[in-house]
Amino acid sequence: MNIKTIVFIALTASVSFASCGGSNEEKKDTTQTPPPAAAAPAAAAAEDAKGHGKFTNVELTHPIDAKMASAGEKVYDVKCASCHKLSDEKMVGPGWKGVTDRRSPEWIMNFVTNTDEMLDKDAEAQAMLEVCMVRMPNQNLSDQDARDILEFMRKNDGKN
Amino acid sequence: MKKFPLVLFAASAVAMQSCKMKDTESAVSGDAASKVYVAPGKHDEFYNFVSGGFNGQVSVYGLPSGRLLKVIPVFSLNPENGYGYSEETKDMLKTSAGYVPWDDQHHLELSQTNGEHDGRWLFANANNTPRVARIDLTTFKTMEIIEIPNSGGNHSSPFITENTEYVVAGTRFSVPMGTEDVPINSFKQNFKSTASFISVDKNTGGMKIAFQIMLPGMNLDLSHSGKGPSHDWFFFSTYNTEQANTLLEVNASQKDKDFIVAVNWKKAEEYANSGKGKKLPSQYMHNVYNEETQNTNSVIENETIVLDPKDCPDMVYMIPCPKSPHGCDVDPTGEYIVGSGKLAALIPVFSFTKLQSAIQGKKFEGDYYGIPVVKYEEALHGEVQKPGLGPLHTEFDGKGNAYTSFFISSEVVKWSIKDLKVIDRSPTFYSVGHLMVPGGDTRKPYGKYLVAYNKITKDRYLPTGPELAQSAQLYSIEGDKMQLLLDFPTFGEPHYAQAIPAEKLAPKSVKIYDIMKNKNPYVSMGEKATKVVRNGNRVDVYMTAIRSHLTPDNIEGIYVGDEVYFHVTNLEQDWDVPHGFAVKNAANAELLIMPGETTTLKFVPTKQGIYPFYCTDFCSALHQEMQGYMRVSPRGSNVPLKFGTNVADSAKVTASK
Repeated sequence: MNIKTIVFIALTASVSFASCGGSNEEKKDTTQTPPPAAAAPAAAAAEDAKGHGKFTNVELTHPIDAKMASAGEKVYDVKCASCHKLSDEKMVGPGWKGVTDRRSPEWIMNFVTNTDEMLDKDAEAQAMLEVCMVRMPNQNLSDQDARDILEFMRKNDGKN
Repeated sequence: MKKFPLVLFAASAVAMQSCKMKDTESAVSGDAASKVYVAPGKHDEFYNFVSGGFNGQVSVYGLPSGRLLKVIPVFSLNPENGYGYSEETKDMLKTSAGYVPWDDQHHLELSQTNGEHDGRWLFANANNTPRVARIDLTTFKTMEIIEIPNSGGNHSSPFITENTEYVVAGTRFSVPMGTEDVPINSFKQNFKSTASFISVDKNTGGMKIAFQIMLPGMNLDLSHSGKGPSHDWFFFSTYNTEQANTLLEVNASQKDKDFIVAVNWKKAEEYANSGKGKKLPSQYMHNVYNEETQNTNSVIENETIVLDPKDCPDMVYMIPCPKSPHGCDVDPTGEYIVGSGKLAALIPVFSFTKLQSAIQGKKFEGDYYGIPVVKYEEALHGEVQKPGLGPLHTEFDGKGNAYTSFFISSEVVKWSIKDLKVIDRSPTFYSVGHLMVPGGDTRKPYGKYLVAYNKITKDRYLPTGPELAQSAQLYSIEGDKMQLLLDFPTFGEPHYAQAIPAEKLAPKSVKIYDIMKNKNPYVSMGEKATKVVRNGNRVDVYMTAIRSHLTPDNIEGIYVGDEVYFHVTNLEQDWDVPHGFAVKNAANAELLIMPGETTTLKFVPTKQGIYPFYCTDFCSALHQEMQGYMRVSPRGSNVPLKFGTNVADSAKVTASK
């Protein structure tokens, strides 16, 4: 599957979602998010790589922020560890090893804070749902929790 | 043929206008359905809190749809969610007489500020074992229960003052004060009725019995506080001022008039604060649920302050009221007090202004055990003549109209407070008890609807054997004429009810408990913290639940007769994802654990075997997989303690002590 097809699927999915969604609220959401079909496919793909949500530009620090990483580990223990291992082994959800290579920082932070919309609209998230068959619970993370989690994932991936 | 039903409909509408209908179909006119239709996904206009009567709970309906939204467990055990069974909540039902797992819940009152609903708390009374409960309206959870000493039949409760300064509790069944053993037929000498004033902390809602006013032995039936000009006063209806202690049906119906007791609670407060009360040893239990630790703190109190009207002049007066009055309702202006004499053929309406001048001018006809009795005519605004048979309760619409329920003649009668003229009457099906207009007992009724809570159901619904659900009926009171809109069955036996506009509560409804603030001593902060700890015969299982597994889900090394405590923490932080927990042969109940909460089920296995446990609340596509096993071995065997989820046999093994 090339990028064009992914974008196409994603767009079709959101269009069909908009057409069957009943409330005005949902319609409003969908009209905001997907870029017009005529836009350059590459730009759309870049948008898509960031997922759906408020995080559009996450600044990473080098080396990683140890304080944030340790705060992220605490959140992980309570809210994430039940389903995600730190290795690459899938438990309920995918293992976290390598996640920062597979996903953009924005995508990760959008997914852990805006879980339901991502599962409804984001092609990559939907593909994972088909593998795991359990909707990732919204664990009510604050923006800072999400950033801390990202830093902990980077640490887990040996980033600096 | 096509026109025929239309003609029929028109004819029935005319018939309704022209005479009192006792026939169901003719009582409903054409647009009723659209007025109660709440489209799928849309919300109701009002929350309607309805007392559960003999089920001891409070139910929450939506108006105008009549849809049941929730049952809040208050005074009765609720195996459905573990209320009263779980280690955290069982002490809520503790009393000075031990564990009392049921009660008869009659009346509700929403907290008020300046005589209007403030949407903070809901108070509920228990009639049988006298208690008052406070329910939090952000979580719809019972937070506090206080027992009332020196009381029997806590009926004229939990009515409140205009700023929720006090919740009252008045005795329907007089009892001796203290603990003296006396013969029943010494009622007149030894039995007393008491009006208890429970103060409510402005910030926390915390309740405390501030003082009890000791009154002659009689039955205090219902009550309401004054409003505006009558702010400082509380009014209680009485019956059995004959002081009968047997066959009350006859013996308490002898006098033509009983009393409305008018209590100046401001004065009483001053007397209590200045030490005029006597300290009386009285044991009562006070149970407070702590949202942070999720535990109940039960404290036994040992004393109350009792005010005797003999020592406290100008505190209590009696107003004669025909005959065996039930409802005691104060209009939104605070000027008119309506006594509904259930054996009277009229409704007396008293004037607060006239009452005050009668007291000033000492226009008394005598006294009742030393309490001045104001002359009937001196306090009377007027009487509603021939309103119906058996008046019980009155509510108000804020437009100068009163609505009174008539049990015997089975109708609601609308009348004008000012000129006391009957404006409209509408049949109920059947034998109405309480009425409720949203905000109808506050300074600012919302009006619009009236609900009649009927005592007799008969043929209103499909028959379900000898026992039938009680029927409620919704009327529109927007026009001059009341319009019956809807019948709906209710839970338990509703007595009084309250309703508040949805927008006053819905926005602050709590969705989850923040797990990071969970201070339950048995919380597991994540799966890493789960464990099983043995201490003698006591085994504590620190367990987590998340879609869709329990940790640990394999437990071995438990012996017959162990006291196993399952402390289940729900790690979810998403709205409407509770997990349930049940274990085979558990002799009590299941748990429903809300997101972020920790709840504890005690289980004592009596037989060797493998005990499956599982999540009972359908939580995900893999809910059916959310299960585990506990191995219970014979006492004296040597199976080591072992537990975990998805761990190799050798892993996570701890030695049994």
